[in-house]
Amino acid sequence: MDIITTLINGLSMGGVYAMIALGYTMVYGIAKMLNFAHGDIIMVGGYTILVFMNFSGMPLLAIAMAVICCVILGIVIEKVAYKPLRGASPLAVLITTIGVSYFLQSLAQIIFGSAPKMVNIVDLGLLQIGSLKIQMYTVLTLICTIIVMTILTLFVKYTQTGRAMIAVSEDRNAAQLMGINVNKIITITFAIGSALAALAGLFYLLKSPSISNTFGSSPGIKAFTAAVIGGIGSIPGAMLGGILLGLVENIVAKIPVLSPYVDAIEFSILIIILLVKPSGFLGKKRREKV
Amino acid sequence: MADYLMETKDLGISFGGLKAVQALNLSIKKNQLYGLVGPNGAGKTTVFNMLTGVYKPTFGNFYLDGENLTGKNQETINRKGIARTFQNIRLFNNMTVIRNVMVGLSSRPEYKCSILTSVLRLPHHFRIEREMREKAKELLRIFDLEDDRNNLSCNLPYGKQRKLEIARAMATNPKLLLLDEPAAGMNPNETTELMNTIRLIRDKFDMTILLIEHDMKFVSGLCDELTVLNFGTVLAQGETRQVLNDPNVIKAYIGE
Repeated sequence: MDIITTLINGLSMGGVYAMIALGYTMVYGIAKMLNFAHGDIIMVGGYTILVFMNFSGMPLLAIAMAVICCVILGIVIEKVAYKPLRGASPLAVLITTIGVSYFLQSLAQIIFGSAPKMVNIVDLGLLQIGSLKIQMYTVLTLICTIIVMTILTLFVKYTQTGRAMIAVSEDRNAAQLMGINVNKIITITFAIGSALAALAGLFYLLKSPSISNTFGSSPGIKAFTAAVIGGIGSIPGAMLGGILLGLVENIVAKIPVLSPYVDAIEFSILIIILLVKPSGFLGKKRREKV
Repeated sequence: MADYLMETKDLGISFGGLKAVQALNLSIKKNQLYGLVGPNGAGKTTVFNMLTGVYKPTFGNFYLDGENLTGKNQETINRKGIARTFQNIRLFNNMTVIRNVMVGLSSRPEYKCSILTSVLRLPHHFRIEREMREKAKELLRIFDLEDDRNNLSCNLPYGKQRKLEIARAMATNPKLLLLDEPAAGMNPNETTELMNTIRLIRDKFDMTILLIEHDMKFVSGLCDELTVLNFGTVLAQGETRQVLNDPNVIKAYIGE
């Protein structure tokens, strides 16, 4: 029974990683940049929940506000910091994203202080089926990630905007010459990524209800790893990578000898996978035609 | 001015000190098949890049239907009615053939569908999708690609990829179609077939076409008028037969 609980916990954690990884991978695929400030959007989402919980005490309102604030923030960051650098060297953009990341962290420290704060959103209790005991938030997280990912997949596959997104990620210039407004597509991508980050912040808080200004760093880096394992730029890849990472993390933590080395093992897996499959599981193989 | 669909007035561009194209005056009538020829490095593709907004011209202006489009960005120019294909094929490789065409169609106002409508999957979304699919099939039929519509575009043979690129450009409903070396790398059979297809597009859609090509048989068999570029300047201009017999043109191509 313990193994089932571990697997469900792993899948649920993996779902959260996948949600964050989707933000990395979509932005990489479409805007061709790595957004290292993405993890800090999670943190902003978390603090927004904190503020609105204290303010109103209504979890659903707090969650909705977190999503809205993160979407607005994501769009503003893209317009103010990244858009002027479109066409600049990738390195300049990369450094800018790190700058934005530190900016957000420092801003949060100024506003909320550096001591961790507790956020009690809602106590969901324990789910018990026979001798199987699972935390209710795990189940909720799992269900929500499945719903979100299904919607996202359908959106990308079957809507005009989704099609335009794929077109831009394949060949930005050709897409532009087909009359696609590339700036609009990039804005939409940032909005979707930030909304997913806000939800990820919520699920993180349900798991461990304490937030500080570096709240988003660790999940951010892990989700980035997940995106790379799955093949950065690939949407199903990010989902696969995230779930894989979540499962590994939870299974390894259950093995007493290995449990102190969870992070080391995760990143070793990253290295091994990159040695064997340099473009990740589902990444595009770049084969030059001669 | 009203007689011409597209005109350029002293159009030119320089990269640093290098004047890649100078003082180009093209006047293309509606429904014309117009050729842009010249040796390698003459600036032909640069002209296409200016006309589609990839490069901003340094000098001069160009007009489509009397409207000045100089320096507008790529998607605006495309929506105003100039579409193109590329010298190196640039399809959306991992999409199916029909989806490539549907991407082209999606910028047309009649297929506008808001994101919200799509996400909520309202009936309007399905109607638009169905209409787009039908329209895409119709276009593919003209290019004899209908049976390939569910294949990935990267799996098509070369000649068909070229045709699909033209179909995708046509999907954006252009007034002027720019073809950059459409026959490059084709075998003689494919070339003949392509010439027929291009004529068909002109007649069926009342299209105006400006094309770059090296294959002289192709150019002389297809184009009504020609402009010959050499080192960024116009060497000769006028009716095809006349231009091809111009001693300057012969010199530039074959030497003294």
